[in-house]
Amino acid sequence: MPTTTIDGHEIHVDDEGFMTEYSEWSEELGKSLAAQIGIDLTDAHWPAIKFIRTDYADQGETPTIRRVSTLGGIPTKELFKLFPQKPAKKMAYIAGVPKPHGCV
Amino acid sequence: MTTTETAPIVPSFGEAQTDRKLAIICSKGSLDMAYPGLILANAALGEGVETHLFFTFWGFDMINKKTMHDLKFTPLGNTATHMPQGLGGLPGITHMATSKLRKSIADLDVPEVPDFLEQIVDSGGHLWACRMSADMNHLTEDDLYDGVEAIISASDFIEITEGAQLLFI
Repeated sequence: MPTTTIDGHEIHVDDEGFMTEYSEWSEELGKSLAAQIGIDLTDAHWPAIKFIRTDYADQGETPTIRRVSTLGGIPTKELFKLFPQKPAKKMAYIAGVPKPHGCV
Repeated sequence: MTTTETAPIVPSFGEAQTDRKLAIICSKGSLDMAYPGLILANAALGEGVETHLFFTFWGFDMINKKTMHDLKFTPLGNTATHMPQGLGGLPGITHMATSKLRKSIADLDVPEVPDFLEQIVDSGGHLWACRMSADMNHLTEDDLYDGVEAIISASDFIEITEGAQLLFI
């Protein structure tokens, strides 16, 4: 399994670049990951990221955007604004969890 | 020996602006046939694809305020249900099949049609209603779900979907 280094953090990733080791993440790393994909994390971004981290730990799988919206309490419109174009994948990447596999 | 810095492995999230466009024609009004269009539209929107849904003919039931909360499913004529066809016409069977399907869908946390349409609109999807179907059924914008942008003609649809991939359901 490949590793890569982002801003001095060495992390295990899959072939695409999504983190594979949940414990290797930190908020600081999260910021660096966001920067890699052109997102500057603000206070508005963190609730989604934090929800995803917690939900992944509880459920064992990455939540879909619907789950982040309904359970995380963040409107879908807002998520599309914060993480444009591919919100579910971008949030998963920044939160250091695998790509979501659910359909809705 | 000099070591070269290799770029970190970062997923590609595509161009900032993609010109991929998808148009889905929803022509069916049964519960089972409402979902393929909704699910694909939602998936496309989640991948940053500009997505349009065009409701025509029986598909109007999906956006008509009076019917959209109560779409039905019948096993009649559908051998893929693996049920004896003779059963399909018996009283109560449509109701039973519909309840069973609704439960299966809900068990997967997939929303009901009105909520799903809301999510699609919130994700930037466009909903359009067919002019001819509206005329045939004497319906106006007032009868339709608020998220429907307008009642448009077939030529409008052809214009709007220039360059789009088309899906007919």
